[in-house]
Amino acid sequence: MTVSVRVQAEDFDISRETAALRKDNPRIGAIASFIGVVRDLNEGDSVAEMTLEHYPGMTEKSITAIITDAQGRWQVMDALVIHRIGTLKPLDQIVLVVVTSAHRGDAFAACEFIMDYLKTQAPFWKKEQTGKGARWVDARAADDAAVQRWQTKS
Amino acid sequence: MITLLYFARLRETFGVASEQLMLPAGAATLESVRATLAARGGVWAHELAAGRAFRAAVNQAVASADTTVKAGDEVAFFPPVTGG
Repeated sequence: MTVSVRVQAEDFDISRETAALRKDNPRIGAIASFIGVVRDLNEGDSVAEMTLEHYPGMTEKSITAIITDAQGRWQVMDALVIHRIGTLKPLDQIVLVVVTSAHRGDAFAACEFIMDYLKTQAPFWKKEQTGKGARWVDARAADDAAVQRWQTKS
Repeated sequence: MITLLYFARLRETFGVASEQLMLPAGAATLESVRATLAARGGVWAHELAAGRAFRAAVNQAVASADTTVKAGDEVAFFPPVTGG
C-alpha cells in the first residue's frame, strides 16, 4: 500500500504514475483518477495565466490526513496526489488524484472524496492574471457544499 | 515568542510574509493572537475583524478561535483555500 503526496512545479504524466502504482500488484481491480486542468475563463473573464501558492508543510500534512480519512471509509490500496505550484497557463494540468482498489465503487468514491476535501482543506491559493489585472480567486460556495455532502453521509 | 505566517492575499495586504510576536499575557488562544494583530488597526483590523472570511492554523493544523497557542508555536493566517 502506497500513499504519496507531491507538491511540485513540474508537470506530471498520468500513464507513468498509474503504471508505477499498479506494478506487480495483481490485487488491484480498479483504478480511478482525476485530473484538474487550467481553464481560460473564470467568473466571465479570460484568464491568461495563474500562479499557485501553498503553505509548505501544512499542504502535505493536510492531504495525507485526507487520504487517511478516505482509507477509513473505503477499501483503498494506493493513493497518489500530485499538485502543481508556480505559474500555470490554460491547458496546463494542475492536480492529479489516483486511487487503486480491488473494486470500482471504492476507487470512484475515494477519488472524489479526496478531491472534494483537497479543494476546501488543502492550503493552496490561486492568483489569476486577467485582462482586468491580477486577482486572487475567491473560494466557492459550491466547493463547501461538495464537502458537506460527505459529512452528512453515514 | 511565536512565529506568524501570512499567505496569499493576506500576505500582500499586510506587506509581510512572516514575523515573530511576543505572546499576549495570560492564557493565549488563537483568538487572543487575532485580537492582538487586529489592534494594530488599518488593514490588520479590517482583514482580521470578527466575521471576515479568513482561516488560521496552529502548527500546520486547522485551528479555531479557542485553540491554545503557546511559545514556539507556528500560527498562520490565510484566506479560504482555492486549490485543485
